[in-house]
Amino acid sequence: MNAVSLKIERSRAFVTVFLKEVKENLRDRRTIVSAFLTGPLLGPIMLVMLLNITLNREFNKAEQPLPVPVIGANYAPNLIAALKAGGIVPTAAIGNPEVAVRKQDADVVMRISPDFATSWRRGEPVQVEVIYDSSQRDANTAVERVSQLVESYARQQGAMRLVARGLAPSTAWPVTAARRDQATAQARAALMFSILPYFFVLTVFMGGMYLAIDLTAGERERQSLEPLFANPVSRWKILAGKLAAICVFSIASLLISLVAFGVVGRFIPTEKLGMELDLGLHFSGHVLLLMLPLIVLLAALQSMVAAFAKSYREAQTYVSLLMFVPVLPSILLSTMPIKAQGWMYAVPLLGQHLGIMQLLRGDGIDMQQLGLCLAGSLAAAVLGVLATVHLYQSERLAISS
Amino acid sequence: MIEVRDLHKAFGMVKAVDGVSFTARDGEITGLLGPNGAGKTTTLRMLYTLMKPDRGQVIVDGIDAAADALAVRRELGVLPDARGLYKRLTARENINYFARLHGLPEALLADRRDALIHALEMEDIADRRTEGFSQGQRVKTAIARALIHDPRNVILDEPTNGLDVMATRALRKFMGRLKAEGRCVLFSSHIMQEVAALCDRIVVIAHGRVVADESPAALREQTGEANLEDAFVKIIGSDEGLAA
Repeated sequence: MNAVSLKIERSRAFVTVFLKEVKENLRDRRTIVSAFLTGPLLGPIMLVMLLNITLNREFNKAEQPLPVPVIGANYAPNLIAALKAGGIVPTAAIGNPEVAVRKQDADVVMRISPDFATSWRRGEPVQVEVIYDSSQRDANTAVERVSQLVESYARQQGAMRLVARGLAPSTAWPVTAARRDQATAQARAALMFSILPYFFVLTVFMGGMYLAIDLTAGERERQSLEPLFANPVSRWKILAGKLAAICVFSIASLLISLVAFGVVGRFIPTEKLGMELDLGLHFSGHVLLLMLPLIVLLAALQSMVAAFAKSYREAQTYVSLLMFVPVLPSILLSTMPIKAQGWMYAVPLLGQHLGIMQLLRGDGIDMQQLGLCLAGSLAAAVLGVLATVHLYQSERLAISS
Repeated sequence: MIEVRDLHKAFGMVKAVDGVSFTARDGEITGLLGPNGAGKTTTLRMLYTLMKPDRGQVIVDGIDAAADALAVRRELGVLPDARGLYKRLTARENINYFARLHGLPEALLADRRDALIHALEMEDIADRRTEGFSQGQRVKTAIARALIHDPRNVILDEPTNGLDVMATRALRKFMGRLKAEGRCVLFSSHIMQEVAALCDRIVVIAHGRVVADESPAALREQTGEANLEDAFVKIIGSDEGLAA
């Protein structure tokens, strides 16, 4: 064989393996469904459902009349009138308010003491009890509304007393805090969409999962690895072709997901919340770029984990467990809100999470952060691929029985 | 021609192959006979460079497997113990895949593939997906896949395993054809009648060692037994694992 045809042969082996894997897996319904349907569409659908539930709840709470059981309503008719004006509907008193809130029979209960009127007339401070259970998240909006109404009523009455005594109301409040919220409309949205980066990682993961399992554990289970390795092609070339096939499926998944998010983004009523969400081309392009090295890394990791398994089913279990690893940065960042440090961008997964969050906030991502993120993940991907190549050289890998 | 010199391979404490040497010549069928677990498959796996021997040498058409494994694989057509086909591909696509891995030009590929499909009488199954193939159909596809690059040397690991009578007869005929074409055919079997009927030379392996390397006639003469079955039992030392 002469040198020219040898060269052709070398470049062809990689392409041959790649094309065969793509063709074979396009014929597998399970792979198709996972890579092109459930994987990429799960995120957008879940997001829409979650958002709708949250938004509806918030709006309902804020606008709808809020029934609150009031004990001793007859002692403070003016206060009750003020509450009514604020959209609160006082209902009949209940016997045991402490138990009622704990059992979620009522979100919040008010108790006005019998000496309210006497103390009021004497000008002494009086207490209105607001009974609630802070572990019931659902009740928080109601509690907030009741307390605010009571406080503003108190402030208003206080001001009137001062005016009656010939003093300026401002004497009672020498200092006030003026809140200046610097959150942009996009940043407020980002808080809500902090789960988005994980969806993208999950999509990439599910896009390549069945291929990764099939390419190692599957080959071994159906005993096709031994005949394959009898061909005059280096194992690393075979592996490279297989990894490329996994990556292409993952990228296809991610693209479908990005398009779906782009479409869904238009229908999310973010403006109602005073938020802004841009899932357009600029966003998708950057996400794709950020995810590229991660796609290679995940392909290598999945193949590696699957290669340890003796059977397809075993591999499926291992790879599913691996799926929990990408959740870590998301959980970490949502439970302890740490300030993003420069080095964090170089950590695979964490870097992507931070980068995507920044894009969502509308801050954009600067070249240094982008470079760190790509370089860090790329280095990890190279290591992952090398480790997988090393594993693929092992004699035991090919032996099925 | 395949030359094997003093091969050793151990898995932990178990010596699977413990000093195997023999030569398989061109234009001959060489049979590797031995009971189950004698080390036949491990020996063959070292031949087609799936495993590295702990010691010893494999030389195929003058190429040392340790020095250039890829070149050795190019000279070999292998039907391994594991026949795994890609079940979502048709028989034809399975053959094409291996042909392209060998770097065959497309025109040559089509000619060779169609010739093999004809020779193995598998026209009716060529365009079916291999999922659900019978054992015979699987072996035919695997053999076509292994011979697509027209190798000088052919290694078949227990080729008739699991085949019915008709498929076995067809396969034996096909092996005779390979021999007539001047190829070096090396196959393993634990079935004495098969080896006796087909082989020009018989290499008997037991407990990882070669215990005899003769023509069938010489084997009978050496053991003084007129019946081949008795001759084998005498050589191996027991009749365990041999099938008639």
